[in-house]
Amino acid sequence: MLILGIETATLQAGCAIGGHEGVLAEFHVSRGRRHAEVLAPAIEFTCRQALIELKEIGAIAVDIGPGLFTGLRVGVATAKAMAQALRVPMIGVSSLDLLAFPVRHTSKLIVAAIDARRSELFYAFYRQVPGGVQRQSGYQVGTADDLASELLATGHESLLVGDGAHRYAGTLGEVGGIEFGDAGFAYPSASALVELAHARALREEFVPTWELEPFYLRKADAEINWERRDAAEAS
Amino acid sequence: MVTDERAEPTVVLGIETSCDETAAAVVANGAAVMSSVVSSQVDLHARFGGVVPEIASRAHVELLTPVVAEALVEAGIDGDGVDAVAATIGPGLVGSLLVGISAAKALSLVWGVPFVGVNHLEAHLYASFLEEPDLEPPLVVLLVSGGHTLLIAMEGHARYRLLGTTVDDAAGEAFDKVARFLGLGYPGGPAVDRVAMEGDPAAVDFPRAMLDDGFDFSFSGLKTAVINHVRKHPGLATADVAASFQRAVVDVLVHKARRAVRETGARGLCLAGGVAANSLLRERALDAAMEDGIRCYLPSRSMCTDNAAMVAAAGYWRLRSDGPSSLALGAAPNLRLALG
Ligand SMILES: [Zn+2]
Repeated sequence: MLILGIETATLQAGCAIGGHEGVLAEFHVSRGRRHAEVLAPAIEFTCRQALIELKEIGAIAVDIGPGLFTGLRVGVATAKAMAQALRVPMIGVSSLDLLAFPVRHTSKLIVAAIDARRSELFYAFYRQVPGGVQRQSGYQVGTADDLASELLATGHESLLVGDGAHRYAGTLGEVGGIEFGDAGFAYPSASALVELAHARALREEFVPTWELEPFYLRKADAEINWERRDAAEAS
Repeated sequence: MVTDERAEPTVVLGIETSCDETAAAVVANGAAVMSSVVSSQVDLHARFGGVVPEIASRAHVELLTPVVAEALVEAGIDGDGVDAVAATIGPGLVGSLLVGISAAKALSLVWGVPFVGVNHLEAHLYASFLEEPDLEPPLVVLLVSGGHTLLIAMEGHARYRLLGTTVDDAAGEAFDKVARFLGLGYPGGPAVDRVAMEGDPAAVDFPRAMLDDGFDFSFSGLKTAVINHVRKHPGLATADVAASFQRAVVDVLVHKARRAVRETGARGLCLAGGVAANSLLRERALDAAMEDGIRCYLPSRSMCTDNAAMVAAAGYWRLRSDGPSSLALGAAPNLRLALG
């Protein structure tokens, strides 16, 4: 089955096409926040270069986040509409899983961390397992200090990947036993998305189009403020 | 309206996500509405007293797929029957616009049909055309909504001249602010309209700003006058204040629109935008048109508020005049009406 993967959860926008033969074509751009301008032409170009017609696609995979809200929505809205028009199922994969997968060959603790703005990160811990990685923690949102103290507590040698890890390298680097991934591992990979989605497609782990939603991991500000006010009034 | 009798009808799927309505519609030849589905988020935003952009964007992602599916089913077609996909590219909330634009491009890619970016204001101008197939420019359009107060001379398809606009608050914004001040709830337009029915429009003589100079509007002074008057006369019946305020807004709108028709030699006057659903405005516009011997076009209430049928209609005409839009087109949150 051919899978089209769409990835726009960070400053980078990308897509990839692949199946049982592996990844046939991949495109990434990380210049400015122009996801909506870049994505549709990128899909068109990638399909053409891979000699694939959209009608041949059997499932749409998408990075559901966490990440930049607007970028995420461009990707998810595009993916949902494509799946709807093609009448094919969807597979949603977390941006943090996509960051961890390409560095699965390390025996260290893998920490995927995405810049969540407002001095926070979205992060999760992973371990190598045969054929991939296994998540060791929940998906979390916290400051670099929060992550640093969690790392201290584990006491493991760790490999940090993602734009969040790079942005807060100063704070995080103070914890001993830390290695930072190369710049090439700063953003979620669309080919990792296709590879992970292909494995899930074989197990028929699909999500219907109307059920797939972005994984924001943070509420809208207005809702947070509303709940605070509600709580203050209640107490 | 120009239609090519020999050609197959051009069926456009329209998508509208510029603010707090998630909408999709199928329209043939820019005139025949085959379906029009609108999912309003008004309940999601009501407790915040206004549209919250992040909440609106999230809701669009959730609602758009089912809304598009419903529009296609109601029209009795699937992707094979769609000849173009049009989406609002602005003006509006950038995060919300991007959801509709992204989905529209994806559909156009899969179906192999043109994508057309539509100006939301132009779409509002087309609302009347959907219900009055024999409508022909030159027309004057009074476009009044929560975000806009525009008086436009429409000289032909895609040919407009801006006669006037608001120098401060939009008409709908004034309704919202006054409604909030009077404790009438959100959205303000329908709330004021309802309460005003019970009130005396002559109870308070609120100012009619800039009534005879030019075609520009100003509503912020009126809003302040309402607030000051109520503070000074706390015993005043809310219904009387609402009715008097509404009368003042409508007087100015109708007065200027009427003069615009006279001065441009237009064949008729069209109302458009959410405020065009206001009962007094509709009544007074009809009366004025009758007195002046011109035609007055009032879109049905569901066509006044944001919908995608008007987007599909505007998209049809844009496609005819300019051809398809690029797939690299982005959102234009501050887009204005292309004049010329
Ligand atoms: Zn509107």
